[in-house]
Amino acid sequence: MLIGALLSGLVFGLYFTLVGLGLNLVFGVMRIVNLAHGDFLMLGAFAAYWMFALFGLHPLYAALAVLVVFVVLGLPIYYLIVPRLQMARDAEMLSIILFFGLSQMIEAVTSIAFGTTERSIPGRVLGTGPVTILGQRLPSAWVFGAAVSAIAVACVYLYLYRTRLGSLTRAVMVSRDEALATGIDVHRVSALAFGIGIALAGIAGVFAPFMLGSVTPALGPEINVAAFAVIVVGTLGNPLGTVLGGIIYGVGLMLMQTYFSSWANILPNLLLIAVLLFRPEGLLGRATRRA
Amino acid sequence: MHRVFNDLGLAVLVVVAMAVAPSIYSNQLLLFNFVMFLSLAQGLNVIYGFTGYLPFGYVGFFGAGAYGFALAVMHLGFGPPGAMAVGAAAAVVLALILTPLFRLSGAYFAIANLAAAQAVYEVVANPALEDVTKGPYGVSLSGVFAPNASYAAAVAILAFTLLLVVWLRNSQFGLSLRAIKEDPISAAMAGVSVVRGRTIAWLLSALIAGLVGGSFAWEVSVFYPETAFSPQFSIFAVVFALFGGTATLTGPLLGVFILYGVYNWIGISVPQYFQLIYGTLIVALVLFLPNGLVSLLTRRGIRVP
Repeated sequence: MLIGALLSGLVFGLYFTLVGLGLNLVFGVMRIVNLAHGDFLMLGAFAAYWMFALFGLHPLYAALAVLVVFVVLGLPIYYLIVPRLQMARDAEMLSIILFFGLSQMIEAVTSIAFGTTERSIPGRVLGTGPVTILGQRLPSAWVFGAAVSAIAVACVYLYLYRTRLGSLTRAVMVSRDEALATGIDVHRVSALAFGIGIALAGIAGVFAPFMLGSVTPALGPEINVAAFAVIVVGTLGNPLGTVLGGIIYGVGLMLMQTYFSSWANILPNLLLIAVLLFRPEGLLGRATRRA
Repeated sequence: MHRVFNDLGLAVLVVVAMAVAPSIYSNQLLLFNFVMFLSLAQGLNVIYGFTGYLPFGYVGFFGAGAYGFALAVMHLGFGPPGAMAVGAAAAVVLALILTPLFRLSGAYFAIANLAAAQAVYEVVANPALEDVTKGPYGVSLSGVFAPNASYAAAVAILAFTLLLVVWLRNSQFGLSLRAIKEDPISAAMAGVSVVRGRTIAWLLSALIAGLVGGSFAWEVSVFYPETAFSPQFSIFAVVFALFGGTATLTGPLLGVFILYGVYNWIGISVPQYFQLIYGTLIVALVLFLPNGLVSLLTRRGIRVP
């Protein structure tokens, strides 16, 4: 039972890494909190549902389509909102309120367009029969979702550490002002990071019907809490820490569900508060953000 | 002195208007909701407007007040006034437990506060605690149901809240809070006790939400954890206060009368459309009018109560 909980925790940990990664990238680069992150994830889930329901499209193709569309969608959203927001005196705080408004708009439009019924995709689409690892049987849809998450995380790593644009992105993360002074086109780099951030949420959303069960337009807020717990545990603004945060979160969640199932829902909240209070810089961070 | 009288005049006007409203308009529950949101928006104003800390989980104190009231009635056999006191105390104790969150800045504080409210909800709604809180099945307090008395209590809480805001706007303590908000380090250098100031504002703000929660429990008398801890309360309080303009007396009042009025006009029948409207409104507000409606006047140098 313990090994089963640890294994499924690892599988979900990889998935939750993907859930939090985009939020962390946006925060790291722009120092704004995208409270509509969960709603972009929900949009990805609905895109996958409709592509499957209408054309029988495999979620993998849906993920590719979502990646392209969301990156392209992210650019105008960035230019409409973020530069103006960053002129404000307390941009970080105002961003919470602004993106909360955006989240409400997305949820409302989705409810108006598609109704509030629960949508799901049958798990057999991602392979039939359980996969056996270390004598533990896991649904193959979970393993598939975890594998895609791992690939997506690896791609973000390669982008950040092996491409020129990625180096520029990391430069903006370290110091926006110095990046500006060295002639980096901060807005171009940030806009792309924003697009990638919401595209990662969208890809996580494509697999949400398999990992989290059925989805409704109101999925956003609970995803946000989970995503925050993941990235705060793994240090805000540090994309690699997100992997650690995701795995701690996933394993913790599965252990709670195995041994204290009625209290499992409280875990993300307590984890978040505890880390914020005792180690606000996250597990991998340097002490820079004590207020 | 002139300024104090302007502020006091507005406060008295609103309280009197809400006190006599039930004899003119018969939907008392709707009026109660207006009074409740007037107090909640001002309670949030006390902490957000005067210190800049955004309590995104403000409903946690409201829910603590409502459940404190319910538990005191169910288990201790208290009458409504005693139960209100227990509810208020529950909210203040929760606020005391959460004071370490002030070590966090900006967005971190808001998110941690949201998580804290969620955690309290998960505890109250947990089926494992059914014997104490009735878990997810909700509480029924029909024995103390007295809508006229609970409405009067809500108006009294509103009066207390408005007086508190008037005091904050016109006292040395309120001034020191705003100094802390502008620049905590300089304020501390000038001899302002930063920690004490923030803590007092925080406890007062929680006290208001707890009292309002208690009066809510008394008024509706049957409710569920999802109702008492609905994020809608925090969100409405934030949006109403922000819409009108924080750190003023007029702003949150305007926000409630306009937005909650619109909500009751279109929101009940088609909630999605209202959600779309207020989502759009929030985005537009932050981008174009971050200091609220009253800033249209204040930036022309006109003082608004």
